[in-house]
Amino acid sequence: MTEQPGSSAAGDGGWEPVIGLEVHCELRTETKLFCGCRNAFGDEPNTNVCPVCLGLPGSLPVLNAMAVDYAMRIGTALHCEIRPSLFHRKNYFYPDMPKDYQISQFDEPINVNGWLELPDGSRVGVERAHMEEDTGKTTHVGGGGRIHDAQHSLVDYNRAGVPLVEIVSRPDIRSSLQARLYAAELRGILIATGASDGRMEEGSMRVDANVSVRRPNDELGTRCEIKNLNSLRSLVRAIEYEISRQVDVLESGGTVLQQTRHWDENEGQTVALRSKEEAFDYRYFPEPDLVRVVPDTTWQSEVAAAVGPMPADRREKLAALLGPDGATAAKADQIATVVENGLDVLMTKAVHAGIGAPLALARTANEASAEPDRARALDTAAYTALLRMEQDGSLSATQAKVVLADLLDRGGDPAALARDHGFEALGADSLSGVIDELIAAHPNEWTRYVDGDDKLTGFFTGQAMKATQQKANGKAVAAELRRRRG
Amino acid sequence: MTSALTLAEQVRSGTVSATEIVERHLAAIDESDGAVHAFLTVLHDAARRQAAEVDRLVAAGQDPGPLAGVPVGLKDNLCTRGVPTTCSSLILDGWCPPYDATVVQRLRAAGAVAVGKTNLDEFAMGSSTENSAFGPTRNPYAADRVPGGSSGGSAAAVSAGLVPLALGSDTGGSIRQPAALCGVVGMKPTYGTVSRYGLIAFASSLDQIGPFSTTVADAAALFEVMAGHDPLDSTSLNRPAPRSMGSLDDGVDGLRVGLPRELIDGVAPEVAARVAQAAEVLDAAGATVTECSIPELSYGLSAYYLLAPAEASSNLSRYDGVRYGLRVDGDDVEAMMRATREAGFGAEVKRRIMLGTYALSAGYYDAYYGQAQKVRTLIINAFDHAYRNADVLLGATTPTTAFPLGDKVDDPMAMYLSDVCTVPSNLAGHPAISIPFGTDAAGLPIGVQVLASALCEPLVFRVATVLESAAPPVTAPALAAATWSAP
Repeated sequence: MTEQPGSSAAGDGGWEPVIGLEVHCELRTETKLFCGCRNAFGDEPNTNVCPVCLGLPGSLPVLNAMAVDYAMRIGTALHCEIRPSLFHRKNYFYPDMPKDYQISQFDEPINVNGWLELPDGSRVGVERAHMEEDTGKTTHVGGGGRIHDAQHSLVDYNRAGVPLVEIVSRPDIRSSLQARLYAAELRGILIATGASDGRMEEGSMRVDANVSVRRPNDELGTRCEIKNLNSLRSLVRAIEYEISRQVDVLESGGTVLQQTRHWDENEGQTVALRSKEEAFDYRYFPEPDLVRVVPDTTWQSEVAAAVGPMPADRREKLAALLGPDGATAAKADQIATVVENGLDVLMTKAVHAGIGAPLALARTANEASAEPDRARALDTAAYTALLRMEQDGSLSATQAKVVLADLLDRGGDPAALARDHGFEALGADSLSGVIDELIAAHPNEWTRYVDGDDKLTGFFTGQAMKATQQKANGKAVAAELRRRRG
Repeated sequence: MTSALTLAEQVRSGTVSATEIVERHLAAIDESDGAVHAFLTVLHDAARRQAAEVDRLVAAGQDPGPLAGVPVGLKDNLCTRGVPTTCSSLILDGWCPPYDATVVQRLRAAGAVAVGKTNLDEFAMGSSTENSAFGPTRNPYAADRVPGGSSGGSAAAVSAGLVPLALGSDTGGSIRQPAALCGVVGMKPTYGTVSRYGLIAFASSLDQIGPFSTTVADAAALFEVMAGHDPLDSTSLNRPAPRSMGSLDDGVDGLRVGLPRELIDGVAPEVAARVAQAAEVLDAAGATVTECSIPELSYGLSAYYLLAPAEASSNLSRYDGVRYGLRVDGDDVEAMMRATREAGFGAEVKRRIMLGTYALSAGYYDAYYGQAQKVRTLIINAFDHAYRNADVLLGATTPTTAFPLGDKVDDPMAMYLSDVCTVPSNLAGHPAISIPFGTDAAGLPIGVQVLASALCEPLVFRVATVLESAAPPVTAPALAAATWSAP
């Protein structure tokens, strides 16, 4: 049975999963949330630091206006109410937190009460999307790689103070697949607003899942929070594991304990980190070093104007390029991929330049989407030129993919790249010569083909490829054969 | 002691060199501070270099600034680049800030010369400077008595004549109370007028840096040099700081002066008598003096001793042994943090961290922190109400004159009561000044306090100037240095 996203997955002995997601996303600001240090991933450890983000005595935070701008863009895209907001201190001791408190928004967040519509038409409520600072990054050396058994730990404070927005959904999600759809759609929105690059593998988008199960229409069950979900795949696997774990507990007469659990990707299971009783008392109180954030209406309307079209609208536009085909499940998947990776402009320009929409979609959703950052930086004219070579038969599909990989890798002129591979398209003349020779060499096969045995198209195409060391374009060969048969 | 403004005028006019002035004060510190212990660090070399730079500017015909060549003491919770900044705590052992506090930069830009870092109660928590990990400071008027606190080093340094100016920080009275006990002028500005960037936080919503001096005009001049918006402090007011120098001598004719019972009742009779005497001076100078009552002020101390420790418990979390200062090893990171904090903090700091942690804890927040915030609002409203009928308020700065060393160290509640008259201005964020106004029968200084509403510094200085001109003459303290002379 296929799970239907958006509908309840209550097939598991009549249990209904109830899921809410907390998504942390790093904002793409030039500088950190409270100081002028560079916000960059992958730099030499502890090079983007200053007295403020190291929490040195006497230093004070100053709020980055661009972070507020991005936070409001996210709020706008998620249909939130944008409100005057306040920062609090969340107090707990941990070596990657320079001040041993995190500056975060608590009961007065900037964005509240929004929603996100998924590609399947279902709607997930967004409780809040608030601003906070990221922590440093700890590497535990020795032991099991966790803080408690490490020999020593190394801390990189480059990430300390990087601006985050935490988006908290309502518990409206009912299946692992719907959770995946939500996370993917949210990622597309974060990229579309320009607020984040949404890279899960670099940790710029991190997802925690709150999972509980219940009998349909019952009160909510006890939830567990699952951490360490580093990919959409882990998200789906962890939620499925957790649902069945909780169902097993309940069906064997036990009770689910409220816990924070860690997803172990290798073992494929969640492991208890701490219980509700062991939860930290964060002693939240208003951050006295900052003042209330009250964006005026001019700023808010500028932000609303800066927020581009959302993924749902963009998918609709791409589907329209494909005509009735755009509505099929396979095409819809490809369209979603293109939009998710922010490549709809690239594809649309190619189509407007005369490339057939199905071809433009296939290359953009597959090869280009495998390298989304490079694809976004691609010269659209070069991309279009390459697709045109494939479309008019001067490159085979296989060859076009090879050239596209080059183009993504280092750019350049597609025709020149093709030549470098020895992919000079066989001109119509030389192809014609090759076919003359084939007919002469295989007279019986040719007669059967002329008599209507189409299976021999494959034979002749194969021979043509062999004769030209794969340089011939299969489609072009077939067309030439058909032309001669008349 | 020659006033700071007079010294600066001599330097700017070329009559006396900054080097000569600085050498004189360094010599006084070297000779007399052994008995006072106002300084934790003396910056001989840096001060000489800076003085030479001032002299070079003068020689080149350039203006080195309004405080040219004036030696200044800095409370040791103000960050000074490359110079140990200890907060009188073992936990900052060996730490040198990589940057200067904004006020330190502004002082230098005004030509002032930092000659040393002064003693304080650890992390500015205390009212006697006895909570210093490096030993107490003595009151120059009586070596067996406290100078007050927490800025006791700065107050004593000015009182003994070691420096004409010093900076302190005032969270609940930490400038005004020691100023009163040491017989000098001490002023807490409006919250947000002086940048806190580089002031090591005790309680962020209450802390404010302010001046110590021997004259009101010097305090006003030092305040003006420090005040003004700083983009590095989000709580710094984004507006020009109030200017006072032009109106110091405008007098008090027609001003309305309120005498709140709560700032007089309950203080020692000799202190109350001086406040009454000060009120007569203002009355004689043309002000209308009216007794009044602001009952809410009585709740100030209780609210303060919840809010300040709550903020402190968070502000002091960062001293965990991970990045700087003291580290005491442990089996794991948590044990290391525990051992470091156990060894690095003194008893009073630990007491306040415990109090503050408790006040913020789940289940207690509303009853303690939340309630205290409400009281704070009530006090602000009560002040606003009072200022409809008064331009300034006059009261005592401290309940008593300087008490003996060791007298209250085992009784925190008695120590906390030292702040009863000063705390309300911090809760409201208002300016207030303490100026010396005679002594008790034992010859110990008494301070009277002038309070006003936010940004009314010019009024505070005007009223203080009138009181100063009529104050009983000041006698030299027992521990006066050679540089001391009557204001």
